[in-house]
Amino acid sequence: MTEIKRHIISALVYNKPGVLARISTLFAARGYNIDSLAVGETENPEVSRMTIVVRGDEKILEQVEKQLNKLIDVIKVYEFSKVDHIERDLVLIKINANNKNRAEIIEIAEIFRAKIVDVSHQTLVLEITGDEDKLTAFINLVKPYGIKELIRTGVIAISRGG
Amino acid sequence: MSTENKINVSSQEKTGAEILVESLRKENVEIMFGIPGGAVLPIFDKLYDCKDIRFILTRHEQAAAHMADGYARATGKVGVCIATSGPGATNLTTGIATAYMDSIPIVAFTGQVATHLIGNDAFQEADTTGITRPITKHNFLVKNVTELSTVIQQAFYIASTGRPGPVLIDLPVDVQRAKTNFVWHKNVDLPSYKPTYKGHPLQIKKLVDAINSAKQPILYVGGGVITSNACDVLKELAEKVHIPVTTTLMAIGSFPPEHELNLGMLGMHGTVYANLAMQNADLIIAVGARFDDRCTGKLAAFAPKAKHIAHIDIDPTSISKNVVADIPVVGDCKLVLQDILKLVQPKKHTDWIKQINKWKQENPLTYKKDNKLRPQYIIEEINNLTKGNAIVVTEVGQHQMWAAQYYKPKGPRKFLSSGGLGTMGFGFPAAIGAKLGKPEETVIVIAGDGSFQMNIQELATAVVNRINVIVCIINNGYLGMVRQWQELFYNKRYSQSYLCSKKFGKLHCEPVPDFVEVAKGYKAEGYRVTKKEDVVPTLKKAFRVKDKPVVIDFWIEEEENVFPMVPAGAALDEIITSLA
Repeated sequence: MTEIKRHIISALVYNKPGVLARISTLFAARGYNIDSLAVGETENPEVSRMTIVVRGDEKILEQVEKQLNKLIDVIKVYEFSKVDHIERDLVLIKINANNKNRAEIIEIAEIFRAKIVDVSHQTLVLEITGDEDKLTAFINLVKPYGIKELIRTGVIAISRGG
Repeated sequence: MSTENKINVSSQEKTGAEILVESLRKENVEIMFGIPGGAVLPIFDKLYDCKDIRFILTRHEQAAAHMADGYARATGKVGVCIATSGPGATNLTTGIATAYMDSIPIVAFTGQVATHLIGNDAFQEADTTGITRPITKHNFLVKNVTELSTVIQQAFYIASTGRPGPVLIDLPVDVQRAKTNFVWHKNVDLPSYKPTYKGHPLQIKKLVDAINSAKQPILYVGGGVITSNACDVLKELAEKVHIPVTTTLMAIGSFPPEHELNLGMLGMHGTVYANLAMQNADLIIAVGARFDDRCTGKLAAFAPKAKHIAHIDIDPTSISKNVVADIPVVGDCKLVLQDILKLVQPKKHTDWIKQINKWKQENPLTYKKDNKLRPQYIIEEINNLTKGNAIVVTEVGQHQMWAAQYYKPKGPRKFLSSGGLGTMGFGFPAAIGAKLGKPEETVIVIAGDGSFQMNIQELATAVVNRINVIVCIINNGYLGMVRQWQELFYNKRYSQSYLCSKKFGKLHCEPVPDFVEVAKGYKAEGYRVTKKEDVVPTLKKAFRVKDKPVVIDFWIEEEENVFPMVPAGAALDEIITSLA
């Protein structure tokens, strides 16, 4: 019951001003910690999907889901750990790179299918998408070269099948 | 909302202000409370000609929100209040938060600066929807007049259905002037808002089984029972299966006071027997209650003998928030209790009730009965004289708890109190709202000398509008509950809890203000009672006044405490019953 776990929650909400504020206010007021939050329009322009990663035990998760459902502008709430799903996060990472180690970094990037999006004399900018495990592994591997900047979009997730 | 649902009531264009007034008529609003200001002038101009909605001009916006709240609590209808932008709106917030914590349906309108000025730090601009987001069930900023009637209709629907609560509509002044066709819908359809009313049959079956096999069950009921008008079903069920009933502060009046199965209020200042019954119960059935910390005491030591905790509530977020319920039933209290009533077998819990009666005899609710003027005596006499038929509204503090312990209302909606937020200054304006909703009832405020001063200016509102409420000030010259905590837990260091001037020595020489003179200054009636024998005659005199407010200033024993008491953070059965 008290095991703290990472949960991906997806909320379908009306695409209206103030809805994001409503949700972030709720999380702040109730003391829930957000790892990441990604928002975007869905196939229906009147509806947005928010993907929220939270950490907490089962009790907190249950409250988060119920509290989200209680908001008038929230249409539906899913929790992804209960269903087979695909999760993705996009990272842009600027790494120190010189003539000596550039090839080495590019090799690691290729293994992880990261894209090289910018090259300069001192740096490389790589773009990589994947789930939590893949991104962590990649970031750990390139860390020794020196990460100058790292930006992530936050996790989005979709269920498999129909 | 679908287009076939729309009814064009008028083909003539109306302004936003006209639409607002017309919408209030459609919602059968008979009264509203508030204060005008720059950003709501178009609305007040339309209200000037509106003869079918009574307007009560208050002296402070906070009081307007409390009046709408008191009206809603007394009648079960939606209360309506209005304030201007900026400070008008921020003044409403305490009242809105009070209604939110106690699930009271009100609709609050606020003016806003013109749409093109929003965000520019314009004169009297505040981000009202931002400020009120965490203290409303929902709120709207209407930027287009074509949405206005729909929003108002939705606001009333959201406020009054499911778990009720306050809804705020923020209206920029240009939207109030803009014109459009007036549209009204046959019914409100909000796809993302569908409260569950009918309890799940499987959960109900589980609860029925638990009731059938329980040996020491207890019904722990909260304000939801009153909201859903479930009091009659509650009584039928309690009698059929012979289960004792304890009520929260919010549920006082939901179960007959003299009933054998009534244990009174539980919790911090609840009866010893109610708390002991909770701690010894093998089945707790929570109905429209929310396991507030004032009711449960220390959670880790709460209800150690309970094999099952069942929780009936219309709001899923209330269930398993503080105490995990193994039998959750989401639904309307009345409908769920009706379902249970049909399925349970009649039962007798003779041994359990015998045990409870023993606790009752050993630990009755009592106070020192001597010749001194004690607050409990005043409330007992109010109860005797009104036979529990008056609406008693309280402020917040010691007097509130004494009222909860000693006033025995015969029926729901007769004990109105700020339970969740504990708002000092609530009682007097809420009583004015209650009296306007229920003009035929006697309305009595039990106030403290601290609380009453937080909205004392509404004496003007009551006098001007000939509103007869009786304010009984339980005057001890202290912020009494603070003083009690300081006495018990802070070594009698009465830091900033004494309200009188110390240089006069004995408190009862010079309390400040002189409430009788204040009442007279407002052209209300004012009486003072300093002796026990004057209580009944003065109350009788007050009851004869019909067309204005009466203030009775009772000078009570200064350091009287509220007992029993479960200290904050202690278990429900660690009860202090008197000073050692």
